Amino acid sequence: MNLNEPEISTDAGINASLRVSLLALFGGAAVWLVVGLALGVIASLTFHKPDMFADCSLLTYGRVAPAANDALLYGFCLPAALGVILWIFARLGQTPLALPMVPVVAANLWHLGVFIGLVGILAGATSGHTWLEFSRAASVLLFAAFLLIAVTAAATFGARRERELHPAHWFLFAALLWFPWIYSTANLLLAANAPVRGVVQPIIGWWFANNLVFVWLALVGVGTAFYLLPKIAARPLATTGYALFAFLTLIFFGAWCGIPSGAPVPAWLPTLSSLAGGLLIVPLIAIAIIVIKTIGGAKVSCSGGPFCFTKFGMVCFILSGLLYAAGACPKYSRVLEFTWFGPAQVQLQLLGFFAMIMFGAIYELLPRVMNAELPFPKLARLHFWISILGVALFVIPLAIAGVEQGIKLQHANVALADVNASALMFFRISTTGQLFLLLGALLFALNIFVMTIRWKIALFKTALAAIKAPLPVSEVKA
Amino acid sequence: MKTGLGVFIAVVFALGSSWCGFVLAPTLQLGSAKLATVLNSTDTYPAQRTGDATLGLQIYRANGCAACHTEQVRQDGVACEVLLTGLGKNQPEEFKKFMQSLLPLPEWQHHSKELTEAFKDWNGTLPQVVLGRTDKESADKMADLLKAAGCKSESQIYAFGTDITRGWGVRRSVAADFLYDNPVQLGSLRAGPDLANIGVRLADANIQLLHLYAPKSVAKNSTMPAFRYLFEVRKIGSAPSPDALNLPQEFAPAAGCEVVPKMEARELVAYLLSLRANVPLYEAPFTPVISAKP
Repeated sequence: MNLNEPEISTDAGINASLRVSLLALFGGAAVWLVVGLALGVIASLTFHKPDMFADCSLLTYGRVAPAANDALLYGFCLPAALGVILWIFARLGQTPLALPMVPVVAANLWHLGVFIGLVGILAGATSGHTWLEFSRAASVLLFAAFLLIAVTAAATFGARRERELHPAHWFLFAALLWFPWIYSTANLLLAANAPVRGVVQPIIGWWFANNLVFVWLALVGVGTAFYLLPKIAARPLATTGYALFAFLTLIFFGAWCGIPSGAPVPAWLPTLSSLAGGLLIVPLIAIAIIVIKTIGGAKVSCSGGPFCFTKFGMVCFILSGLLYAAGACPKYSRVLEFTWFGPAQVQLQLLGFFAMIMFGAIYELLPRVMNAELPFPKLARLHFWISILGVALFVIPLAIAGVEQGIKLQHANVALADVNASALMFFRISTTGQLFLLLGALLFALNIFVMTIRWKIALFKTALAAIKAPLPVSEVKA
Repeated sequence: MKTGLGVFIAVVFALGSSWCGFVLAPTLQLGSAKLATVLNSTDTYPAQRTGDATLGLQIYRANGCAACHTEQVRQDGVACEVLLTGLGKNQPEEFKKFMQSLLPLPEWQHHSKELTEAFKDWNGTLPQVVLGRTDKESADKMADLLKAAGCKSESQIYAFGTDITRGWGVRRSVAADFLYDNPVQLGSLRAGPDLANIGVRLADANIQLLHLYAPKSVAKNSTMPAFRYLFEVRKIGSAPSPDALNLPQEFAPAAGCEVVPKMEARELVAYLLSLRANVPLYEAPFTPVISAKP
């Protein structure tokens, strides 16, 4: 296991090879994060004042809410994840990025795809399937961009100098294989000209959503944490054997979750999913043990740095996984289904777990890749505390509202309007949480963009200096 | 795991197995589903939608109605009830005594409380519930007993559960309900009521239009956003449009103006009215008669 990577002479070369690709991926991701959270705030405003956007079809809740979720998942989570995967593959392999220009093209294709998809949703051109709302043109762009980056990552992976794989490799390489399979299946069977019939559509939709929002994010997030935590704590991952167990159980049990237990489909499907949901506890416990054993007692002062982000992200992952497993249990699902509990779990997964791990990784890698300090390191630390506050204020009230809503929905004598009225108070608090998250996202974007601009100015100055420099005497003579 | 090949094989097995389970198998099982047959009838279900309603499904999709509304009714179970519909030559008092004589019998012991309750204050009004929530076997036995006693009775099957008590449907939603939908939008959040049976519950197109234009004009505490962009507010021409909404005063447009639904609003309402999951099917049986269940 190559934990204490020897600082070899090509370090600067590795960083330089990654620079443009990662800026292209992370810059767009930061924009979509801000856009997604802003759309989320707009969506929840509808619950405060239902008639707010009555004359504006673009901002009606049914369009803005999926657009917000897609901007977070496809706009922020995936490109950030791809950038981090490229960085980890290059670092662990001690090799510069293979095909360094391909991810730059791919990143632009990706962001163009997200833009087309989001505009489409707001204009009403959605597919109607959860997490697959993007129009066909957008999906094709995303798929092509993903393949380009996956090819680059695979080439970098193949060129690694250390043949033995780090546990992070398993998770991240699996994620690279996972996405094309599920995304192509779902799009070909649901968004194609001759989609499958009847309830097979939602079944495949649930399969896809589970494999993307739960399994894929878990693979990348946990893989990244398994790289970052030992590295920052300067201790080995405890242990490779546990990690292998966690990896295999996560992919084998995780892939079977996702069909809600009361769904109007043949009963064997939700039964299998509930079973898999219960078994999900196994990888969750294994991952928790690995994290505790790896960083327990490590004397790292993080005070809002990447280490804090990663730790908090892992805590949220375990929580989100437990909520997910609880939602799969038929006994609780009867109450929690169709309530705000589901969205609370999804937001915890996206913003509490995955986004936090990505922030940690990006704050860790960006100064190295750019060979410059963060422009506003204090704002990065502030981002951490604001994010914790935002996640707590956003997710906890929403989950409580969901439980209360579920219990009240079980009593047929409580009118639906009263059920909704009781959720309103919690909803107001959760909107505050969204505002904090939005503020945090702005701080994040500020750091990235100022860094990019400084780098571009420096490039420009170097170029200018090269032009203005007096020619060497020898050339003048010639 | 030392090589990429190991990871590759693990992924192919893990994701491949779930792909076979949740993509391939349902496609084979349900992908060629045909029309279902209505229970005790030769009718087929579901009925093909009208053109308007088919277009309306796309309006439902484009505006993300499924973000707040589900189209899936849940039920806790199915039960039988036995109704007494005629006493024959018996007097109510005699019948009461007959029922009391049943109570000590072992097969009716677990129904004794219910039977006592049912006939405590009964003065002979019909129809009267004899057994409100029982299984098929007991219901048949009771029906046989009543027949032997010279009384007339009816046995009914019904589904029960919170959603059904709320009036959102008469039975649970099943796969057959969604045969003609594309895309199928089951929904996952009930910020609003379930719509699986809205075409039966609220069959008046004008009320549906009013509700879309100004939800609070129909349901006072509604949290639904208004969809005014599906309507046109225009000056009244030479004569008021026959399609204009008949709005209550507080929601009415300025004087001299009228609110006319656009094509989209009419199609959406046609789709809503086509949501009628109200026939008994083999997998979701019930007796399609208005029952006097408790």
